[in-house]
Amino acid sequence: MGFEGIGAAVKRKEDGRFLAGRGNYVDDINRPGQVYAYFKRSDRPHARILRVDTAAAASAPGVVAVYTGADFAADGIGGLPCGWQIHSKDGSPMAEPPHPVLAQGKVRHVGDPVVAVLAETRQQAKDAAELIEIDYEDLPGTASVLDALKPGAAVVHDEAPGNVCYDWQIGDKAAVDAAFAGAARVVKLDLTNNRLVPNAMEPRAAIGECDIAGNYTLYTTSQNPHVIRLLMGAFVLHIPEHQLRVVAPDVGGGFGSKIYHYAEEALVTWAAGKLKRPVKWTAERSESFMSDAHGRDHVSTAEMALDAEGHFLALKVSTLANMGAYLSTFAPAVPTYLYATLLAGVYKTPVIYAEVKAVFTNTVPVDAYRGAGRPEATFLLERLVDAIAHDTGIDRIELRRRNFIPANAFPYQTPVALQYDSGDYETTLAAALKAADHTGFPARRQAAAAQGKLRGIGISTYLEACGIAPSAVAGALGARAGLYEVANVRVNPTGSVTVFTGTHSHGQGHETTFAQVVAEQLGVPVSQVDVVHGDTARIPFGMGTYGSRSIAVGGSALVKAMDKIIAKGKRIAAHLLEASVDDIEFKDGKFSVAGTDKSKTFGEIALTAYVPHNYPIEELEPGLDETAFYDPKNFTFPGGCHVAEVEIDRETGVVRVVNFTAVDDIGRVINPMIVEGQVHGGVAQGIGQALLEQAGYDDGGQIVSGSFMDYTMPRADNVPNIHVGTESTLCTHNPLGVKGVGEVGAIGSPPAVINAIVNALEAYGVRHLDMPATSQKIWSILQAGAPRMAAE
Amino acid sequence: MPQVTLTVNGKRHTVAVEGRTLLVEVLREKLGLTGTHIGCDTSQCGACVVHVNGDSVKSCTMLALQAEGAEVTTIEGLAKPDGTLHPMQEMFREHHALQCGYCTPGMVMSAIDLVAKHPEGLTEREIREGLDGNLCRCTGYHNIVKAVAAAWPLMHAKPMPAAAE
Ligand code: FES
Ligand code: FES
Repeated sequence: MGFEGIGAAVKRKEDGRFLAGRGNYVDDINRPGQVYAYFKRSDRPHARILRVDTAAAASAPGVVAVYTGADFAADGIGGLPCGWQIHSKDGSPMAEPPHPVLAQGKVRHVGDPVVAVLAETRQQAKDAAELIEIDYEDLPGTASVLDALKPGAAVVHDEAPGNVCYDWQIGDKAAVDAAFAGAARVVKLDLTNNRLVPNAMEPRAAIGECDIAGNYTLYTTSQNPHVIRLLMGAFVLHIPEHQLRVVAPDVGGGFGSKIYHYAEEALVTWAAGKLKRPVKWTAERSESFMSDAHGRDHVSTAEMALDAEGHFLALKVSTLANMGAYLSTFAPAVPTYLYATLLAGVYKTPVIYAEVKAVFTNTVPVDAYRGAGRPEATFLLERLVDAIAHDTGIDRIELRRRNFIPANAFPYQTPVALQYDSGDYETTLAAALKAADHTGFPARRQAAAAQGKLRGIGISTYLEACGIAPSAVAGALGARAGLYEVANVRVNPTGSVTVFTGTHSHGQGHETTFAQVVAEQLGVPVSQVDVVHGDTARIPFGMGTYGSRSIAVGGSALVKAMDKIIAKGKRIAAHLLEASVDDIEFKDGKFSVAGTDKSKTFGEIALTAYVPHNYPIEELEPGLDETAFYDPKNFTFPGGCHVAEVEIDRETGVVRVVNFTAVDDIGRVINPMIVEGQVHGGVAQGIGQALLEQAGYDDGGQIVSGSFMDYTMPRADNVPNIHVGTESTLCTHNPLGVKGVGEVGAIGSPPAVINAIVNALEAYGVRHLDMPATSQKIWSILQAGAPRMAAE
Repeated sequence: MPQVTLTVNGKRHTVAVEGRTLLVEVLREKLGLTGTHIGCDTSQCGACVVHVNGDSVKSCTMLALQAEGAEVTTIEGLAKPDGTLHPMQEMFREHHALQCGYCTPGMVMSAIDLVAKHPEGLTEREIREGLDGNLCRCTGYHNIVKAVAAAWPLMHAKPMPAAAE
């Protein structure tokens, strides 16, 4: 075997089955005797339900059952729980209105499920749903946070007067006000962060099943099966955990949208219990648009106080965050502890104050999506920095350098709670500028101008936080769950290894990278390591995959478990080699007595552990199987610099990203091939957000982008080749020195693209553009004004 | 119920279908060929692409009855019986052109058709435009484009013409 340990670009173990069409996604699974569920959803943004008539549907061909909210109420089943509680400025807990499985009394967004029809075939269920009559009394609805906060706006939940979920703050307001009072200059920017629809390519699906003894199984498209088991079992359906198994097999992308516990999972499981038949549901894409939790949707004002040289003195931010119609599982945490705490970015701004108002509207719930809070913070900061450069005339790169936290300042305590352990922003900036040939840009701009194109370049120097932790701190801040991870390492008798991890892989390639970590530490070839995830009946209680936590938290647990394996292996080796444990060394898959040529292979030790004939049985249990739980000491803090270069067609306003460079500090790299792939995907999402994507609603809350026909996804010809580099400093507080790479692409890239467009349009006096910068928007700017001098 | 007879991956099948049944439903639900995926309901994503009589087709846009007498190849039918992968599958693996794998079968089927129909060579731009009908949310397309370019010489058994590179 060639080198397969940490740092090797090992080809993926999971690819064989996917390339052969032998993946095992939820919709590929069929259970004997299954019935199909179809949901009749609200087509109204906001309405009272006056009457639901399901009689005709119930007697339609093939129909097995029809359920409404009343059936859940009759069973004493409450709503879907929220996993994070925020307290407002005044100390009061957030408004936490119920979120019924099927609507009761009112519908609150287009897509709110009202009736479930179960039939022998998918088509029969769908046909029968056509026969359901629902009388609604329409109520005024709102889609935007600004409308929802207007006096007299329609109230989404009686429990949340004025539609405010919470009104929260962080930072030292008095110190910030004082700094503003003494500032040489203040630069202000109003901006929005556009609402995105996650659109993992695999639509959500769920199959519930219940045996005669009341043992349930749920197959679901989830990033965290144990979390679903806990939430749904303990808080919704009251199924004891030992009687509920949740399986998340191959999952076709998640990006956050498959973290949450959704109504459909509860319904198929509950109905399976009633019918004692498996119940299957698969979302159609149009359902995904109106039922998968959306992302982003902020309206913000940011102000920076500056001294005469452009040093940042104080930052003040006010943000309105759209929660949608109900609180999704982790929604309240996103615009607070994953957003406002990131507002220092890579800058040594001494004081910061942020206030965040979370607002209910008649839209699909919003929750963590691909970056979750950090893209919003990064877009705000990196646009603000460019606006400062614009207003003060200071070069935007020089301005950033002047305000960077220097490489020798770590650990660095920010004024918004976080303590960064490591980073080197100058190095990633310099490397990115070099890779992007920044100095060659003027020539490229000239060449483009000769072709009638406007060319611009933009950068963003960003920072993010992964592996939310430690549990005790998160708990004090409102988390209702632990945030550790677990790994069970089972060495098999012949020395192959099975890893059971609480993390989940839905594209990240853990079957390969986790095996590489094992290869590195135990010297076992990657082919001899099997990584098991996604089935609560097989894996220990772990928290799953989100927030780029898998290698930083799950990988750390894996290392700790292998430490225990090695420690036990040394004791077995000491016995076999008749040496003292302290003299045994483990290296390259061999236990040897220091300074001698006496050794035992890893496989020999494994076999001895399971065939303990010659074994220190008085002091040591047989077997070689260890579990470790790892609770991180801190977040990890990846960061870096992204450079985008765009060309704008003067005739059409079409923006093309022509070059993109990402140089990221993600800590130790386990598999560079996979790292690059993660960054590519994130950057494509960032370009999508910057140029194309917008979850569209009309003012009243009707969805106007409900399919791929009117929600513009980035396609192969919207994205350039992407140059990816890494310049890493190591995380100082986890055993692998890793930081995480799942979201950096989507976090760093949107402001780089918008900064490039603003740069290209500088002669048109453009200071800021909100996303998406569609060709229509750009075309209007080009039409509106003959070029004039940049002026505010 | 009407019947349709079609050959899938070299095997003849006769199945009873409703008039409205789609080809993709027959493949997944009647023939158990779940490698062909469904990613949308508006024929926009390409997760369902198969080859029908040698052309790539979105199998969600075709009624099963329209496939009467057709030769259909799905992702499951690409590898040789001994398991040797098609060069396009090989290059997807080699260049890490898949992550979650959900778009992959459709992407591979589209890419094979694209390369096969361009014996004169393909530029990067042409590959990107040629894959315009297939969505991927994971990879950012970068490595898919690389994989398709790398498969071209293997499928045509000659180097990519320089002009196309
Ligand atoms: S499922 Fe056929 S194009 Fe999307
Ligand atoms: S690999 Fe996941 S959608 Fe393409």
